[in-house]
Amino acid sequence: MSVIADTPTRPLPARAPISRRWRKVLNALTAYSFIAPNFIGFAVFTLGPIVFAFALAFMHWDGSNPIRFAGLDNFWKLFSDRVFHAAFWNTIIYTGFVVPLTLICSLALAVLLNQKIFGRNFFRTVAFFPYVASLVAVAVVWNMMFHPEFGPVNMVLYTLGVDPSDLPGWAADRHWAMATVIMFSVWKNMGYFMVIYLAGLQGISSELYEAADIDGASGGQKFRFVTLPQLAPTTFFVSVMLIIQSFKVFDQIFMITQGGPGTSTLVLVYHIYNEAFISWDLGYSSMVALVLFLLVLVITIVQFRWTQDRDEDTA
Amino acid sequence: MSAATTPLRRPRRRVNWGLILTYAVAILVTLTMLTPIVWMLSASLKLDRDVFAFPIEWIPAEPRWRNYIDIWTKIPLALFVWNTTKLTVIVTLLQLFTSSFAAYAFAKLRFPYRNALFLAYIATIAMPWQVYMVPQFLLMREFGLNNTHLALICLQAFTAFGVFLMRQFYMSIPDELCEAARIDGMSEYGIWWRIMLPLSMPALSTLTIFTFVNTWNDFLGPLIYLTKTELKTIQIGIRMFVTQYTQEYGLIMAASVVSLIPVLIVFLALQRFFVEGIASTGIKG
Repeated sequence: MSVIADTPTRPLPARAPISRRWRKVLNALTAYSFIAPNFIGFAVFTLGPIVFAFALAFMHWDGSNPIRFAGLDNFWKLFSDRVFHAAFWNTIIYTGFVVPLTLICSLALAVLLNQKIFGRNFFRTVAFFPYVASLVAVAVVWNMMFHPEFGPVNMVLYTLGVDPSDLPGWAADRHWAMATVIMFSVWKNMGYFMVIYLAGLQGISSELYEAADIDGASGGQKFRFVTLPQLAPTTFFVSVMLIIQSFKVFDQIFMITQGGPGTSTLVLVYHIYNEAFISWDLGYSSMVALVLFLLVLVITIVQFRWTQDRDEDTA
Repeated sequence: MSAATTPLRRPRRRVNWGLILTYAVAILVTLTMLTPIVWMLSASLKLDRDVFAFPIEWIPAEPRWRNYIDIWTKIPLALFVWNTTKLTVIVTLLQLFTSSFAAYAFAKLRFPYRNALFLAYIATIAMPWQVYMVPQFLLMREFGLNNTHLALICLQAFTAFGVFLMRQFYMSIPDELCEAARIDGMSEYGIWWRIMLPLSMPALSTLTIFTFVNTWNDFLGPLIYLTKTELKTIQIGIRMFVTQYTQEYGLIMAASVVSLIPVLIVFLALQRFFVEGIASTGIKG
């Protein structure tokens, strides 16, 4: 601040007499020099491929022979491709469970760890750790813990009296494979969304809670009528992030179930990957990618509209 | 705590059940979150046949430290660690530099097409990488970058997310600060280096954690681009190990533990900035 206060009393440094026009061009060039290092890489490796992806969806190409125009062939194929249908619905089911479960768990965790308790930072770090832990490592552990025959989870269930023939086969069982993947995703990601909720909780003015105290509100009432409504924007943001993230799930499924058994956990990105790098049907793979893009686009537009409405309300 | 240590007797001394309950739940939840990690540590010190012994022996009676020696010879783990470290450090540095550099122009300078260019960034933020990973792969192959680390650096170092995050943070720094520095004759590069960067530690830390963790843990990228063993990163390296030696549980766990350590260090070193960074850059919406 003192810098600003001092300046009027100091003589301005003498500037070379450049015309205003030159100054403008120079300013623009400086600005572009700031942007260029990032923008060139971004344009070549992101913008370019995106444009190419849209074009490719209407082509036939196996990566080596000449590209042929396909018109809507790839689009019609979507309707007859049973694996695509399975992948589409699996993605929806996965999203339908992961989003609410992660939301509830991360909010509960955030409220819990926002209290002034001893060792709070330790608890927060522990809760966040699965998110930063490498997926391959924790997926291996998960597979071993949920091993149908000797995994500790089934061992515990067995000692609790579950009949051996009723023990779930987890990742190897078509009825349980999706549940196994969903549990893994919730466990892995809830710490991250907890941090976002913590940031949201810290933004709530303590006056609101004081006012609720004066009115004699119970803990539950304070949560219901102060915390939840105040967190509404955070909740909305978290759910949009979660939906987009769930639509593009791949890694954990590749590592835990490989999309199987059968097609029981095959999701859209898995299908894109298989069509491109296993079947080398690049055009069709891009068409499936286009479907994924449209799903995400719809969610983003909803978010954008909602945020705008909110801003207009508060303005 | 204070009630037990103060010698004065309070007229109404109530046990704070709420607090006790909070602790109980916090400890219980933490234990559940930690179980897989603790189990992994414990299994990494066991013989393969003891890994699945039940009831679980959490602390092995005879810890088998040999596992941590054997992993370095059974697979080229040191090479994988080196490859991953190299990639992660280069990508993170490039990301921090190019993002904060571009973000400065978007936040504090006026120039033609500023909004149009920024819109190009915004529009791709929500675009999943999986949508364009195939054309990107074909492009890299065209450039002859297939099976090189440079391909992974190029695709991870220039993200829209980084520019967006830094720009949001810079918007919260008052323009008067830059204006004053300009009047003092400081160049735009000087303002970026001496004023903006030192002020943006929370945002830089957040971006570092995100980039470091994402690059270190990236799986699909290396899976597509790197097929030669000597180029592999630790994630696909361990994956290869898992498929080659399915029965060597102790070793697999030891290798997994090793792969977690660098991320843990970076995270612990930077985490105090993290919540602040998320709150101030507005990525919470």
